Amino acid sequence: MWSMSGPTKLSSVREAKRLDNESPKHGKLWLWLDERVGLSDMVYLAKKKEIPLHRHTFWYYFGGMTLFLFMVQVTTGILLLLYYRPSAGEAFESIQFLMTEVQFGWLVRSIHSWSANLMIFAMFIHLFSALFLQAYRAPREITWLSGGGLLGLMLAFGFTGYLLPWNELAFFATRVGTEIPGIVPVVGPFLRRLLRGGNDVTGATLTRFYGIHVAILPAIVTVVLGLHLFLVQKHGMSRPTSAETGEAAKRTMPFFPNFFLRDLVGWLCALGVLAALAAYFPAELGKKADPFQPAPIGIKPEWYFMAMFQTLKLLPSHILGIEGELLGVLGFGVIGLILVGMPFLDRSPGRGKMSRRLAAAFGVVLIVYSLMLTYLGYTMSPTK
Amino acid sequence: MANDDSSVAVDNGRRNFLNWFLSTTAGAFLVSVTYPLSKYLIPPEVTESTASTVTLSIKPNDVKANSGQIFRFGSQPAILVKDTNGELKAFSAVCTHLACIVQYRSDINQIWCACHNGHFDLNGRNVEGPPPKPLEQYVVNVRADQIVVSKRG
Repeated sequence: MWSMSGPTKLSSVREAKRLDNESPKHGKLWLWLDERVGLSDMVYLAKKKEIPLHRHTFWYYFGGMTLFLFMVQVTTGILLLLYYRPSAGEAFESIQFLMTEVQFGWLVRSIHSWSANLMIFAMFIHLFSALFLQAYRAPREITWLSGGGLLGLMLAFGFTGYLLPWNELAFFATRVGTEIPGIVPVVGPFLRRLLRGGNDVTGATLTRFYGIHVAILPAIVTVVLGLHLFLVQKHGMSRPTSAETGEAAKRTMPFFPNFFLRDLVGWLCALGVLAALAAYFPAELGKKADPFQPAPIGIKPEWYFMAMFQTLKLLPSHILGIEGELLGVLGFGVIGLILVGMPFLDRSPGRGKMSRRLAAAFGVVLIVYSLMLTYLGYTMSPTK
Repeated sequence: MANDDSSVAVDNGRRNFLNWFLSTTAGAFLVSVTYPLSKYLIPPEVTESTASTVTLSIKPNDVKANSGQIFRFGSQPAILVKDTNGELKAFSAVCTHLACIVQYRSDINQIWCACHNGHFDLNGRNVEGPPPKPLEQYVVNVRADQIVVSKRG
């Protein structure tokens, strides 16, 4: 097969590049650069990429939206680094200074905070649309797995970043959050110490979380995101099974410029929403963390941890002799494993209606449960 | 033919040796990198104050009945409560559920954790909500005009 199709394919690539090079639109500079960096290869790739058109095409935008908001995070994060001081004695004060003295400091921090939330939101839409459309089926299992890895990394970004202002909410959120791995039998206490950089949440934890947030996670994300994006280019967008056969399978839209320009419109809207949110609801700072004050009444985590938080709140102290929180944490682990392992659990996707229904049922149950618990988390009286 | 056979045998011996040598070198290299790295990531043990007794700065008569406050017991937070009968009690203030710091609620005469709504009575027992274990109770002694809290046993 290779010997037959290989050269044919190659020669058609060369033909396309030759036609591209010989067309009169390119100047000398373009030709000079092309010889050195291979511009026509990139043009060829951009022209080749096509987006399947069907009634679910809309959901393709959320991957790119997540990527755009991530770029906003990188940019604003780098700007915040210029004023932030990662120590228990100075962190809170440095953000106070940033919010009150630095010109547009409030804007940069508020955009960083809002963009983080919107990015996680866009990522959840991206995740569930891929789940419902069974985009994880062969040969895209590794794309799905790397996406699951990115979800974990982004939640870790959110968790470590939340501590950095060193305020009351951050302090207790981190105390609870680092206590959770601590209840895992055998390795728990070791993990907790490793995360906290000591036995308690102290300035050592702040320094450690800072290093994780601004260096370790970005390094890992660069690799995993690179893999994810490479695989998306390699396999192209997944067609839902309903648009896989017949005439429907042929309808496409060029990525460049048609789809890309639509992406840009979405990004511009997102930037507008971000600016509005940052201006009308700037990020708060609260009170400085004090390790010898009780947890404040009405303490809440970020919305994306709310369903888990509320579950832990409602679980009784013991269920069938096992500590409630251990059972809860095990439950979260199992749900995560099912989600990440979907391509391998759903063995005949697309072929049987049954498998599609099971994947959809799992997704619907997960969404309904999370919505209900999140609603309870925001409405239940904090003192009852 | 015999010549060929022997050369194959010699090659295999040499190849096996080189494979063994390279893989042990690679293994030793990996260990020499990962061992110090993993040790570096584990934070060193800091000797914590092993004080089993602490004298509070507040006078017994300044503590109002039906109130509670946090104080430092070594490096850990603890809570001093004066119940409605005027009796002083002290407990660890670290919730046994997920380690938030508890507070005294005068409206229900209980120690309460704001994080996950855990309730403890004034013997430290976990009476409601998710906490799996009681709070550690300390001994409170009033000596002259001072409150002295000490660990049991």
